[in-house]
Parts: sequence; structure tokens; C-alpha cells
Amino acid sequence: MMVGDVLAQREFALTRDSLVRYAGASGDFNPIHYRDDIAVSVGLPGVLAHGMLTMGLAVQPVVDWLGDRGWVSDYQVRFTRPVLVDAADGATVTVVAKVGLVEEGTARIDLTVTFGGETVLGKAQVRVTFA
Amino acid sequence: MNPELQGRVFAPAPAYLVGREKVREFARAVDSTSPLNYDPAAASAAGYSDVVAPPTFAVVVQEATLAQLLAEPDAGIDFSRVVHGEQRFSYTRRIVAGDELTATLSVTSIKSLGGHSMVTAESSMVDASGAHVVTAISTLVVRGEE
Repeated sequence: MMVGDVLAQREFALTRDSLVRYAGASGDFNPIHYRDDIAVSVGLPGVLAHGMLTMGLAVQPVVDWLGDRGWVSDYQVRFTRPVLVDAADGATVTVVAKVGLVEEGTARIDLTVTFGGETVLGKAQVRVTFA
Repeated sequence: MNPELQGRVFAPAPAYLVGREKVREFARAVDSTSPLNYDPAAASAAGYSDVVAPPTFAVVVQEATLAQLLAEPDAGIDFSRVVHGEQRFSYTRRIVAGDELTATLSVTSIKSLGGHSMVTAESSMVDASGAHVVTAISTLVVRGEE
């Protein structure tokens, strides 16, 4: 494993159903994640994905790559741009996971998470601890 | 926003019992394909007592502590102006179904930046034996009046 290696890449097709499902699973029922009228009334272009949904999805390619070789011991992101989820067309979020740093028994994996060609998470770093 | 909030430690939130079906429901919602999140036999083979929660599951437990912060009468936080700026989870061990987690919130930093305020709050979660499991750290941006 070398710094810069791409470990995993995955596309997530989000729909309004995904947002409702995440709202129920997480307990975050902020209506900007399911009601266009409320989203627009607070100055947003429309319904947005929960930032925590994007964060939750984005780490999954690393979890899959790790398998039983280790686990995610630290994970951080900055929310830099919203993911607008169209009622009919949904939204596609792309995740690329690259090796950022390798140390004894651990590594830092850097995620590039994009929607519509623009980065939506900044400083998205996953610390994995090898078993 | 009240700058005296910095350093404040809140009372522990009521204990949260991690349920197997809640872990599965959360795992489905974040599109997890890991058998450890769904299958107790797979989790057991990997050395866990029950299904293992996905890396961001701790947000479910953290939520009650952030609600304490937003409800604090002297905090001066208008919920409708709050935007999630940053999030981090630092684990000592993974969360598994059956864990009874108690989260304690402390406000570690308050900053002002061009009319906006930024508050960083840490929720430290311990298990029933009192051992640390995870700390969830959120930075919330409170947008200033237009």
C-alpha cells in the first residue's frame, strides 16, 4: 500500500427515498431534507441530503476495502457544499478513496467526495487501524 | 451567542441502549454492505458479541447531547440559523449492539468569524463499565443576522 494508491471508488445514487430512510434511521427530521417548500423558505435551492448521510455513505467504500483486515478508528469531514437531491432525478455522489499516509499498524485514507463535479466534503480523512 | 458557554460541561444524557435492529436500519440507510453490520454470526466469527455499528452510527447517540446544547436557555443559539460545519468520530473501540452508552457533552470552543459564530462541542461516550468508546465532535456554524 503506497501513498496515492486509489483503494476504492464508488457511486451512490441518492433519491428522496434515501433521505427519508436516513431521517428515520438517524432521528434527524429537519424538514429541509424532505420538504421543498420549507427548504426554499429558508433560502436553499431545494431539498438537500443530510450532511451526515453523505459522511456515512462516503466511508463505506473504505469499510468494504478493509473487510476483516482492520477497522475505522477515526473519521472526520468538513461540510463544504450541499448535495441537492432532485425529486425526480435524485443525485449521484461519487467517492474516491486514496491512501494519504501509512504508519505502523495504521493508515490515513483521504476521501474525495463529489456531486455534480464539485467537492462536497473537505478534509475527509479516515483513520484505519489494522487488526 | 454566549461566549461564556466555552468550557461548559453538561449533565450526562440518559443512557442509550444500542439495539440490533437500529444498527441494521442505520446500516441500510448509509448503503453499507458489511456483513458485520447485519449478521450476528458474521460479527461473532470476527470476535464481536453482536452486530457492529457503522462508523458514523455514534451520531444517533450524540443527537440527544446536541439537543441539550441547543435548548440551553443562556446559549443564545437560534436553531434555524445552525449549519453543520464539521464532524469527527474518534473511537477507542467499535460500538456493538447491546452497548449501553452514556454521552456527556462539553463545549470546547466558541469563535466568531465575520458575523457568524462557530461552536465546537464534544460528546464523550462511555459504556456500562465506564470505559471510553467514542468521542463525537461537532462544529456548528450559527449564521449571523442578515
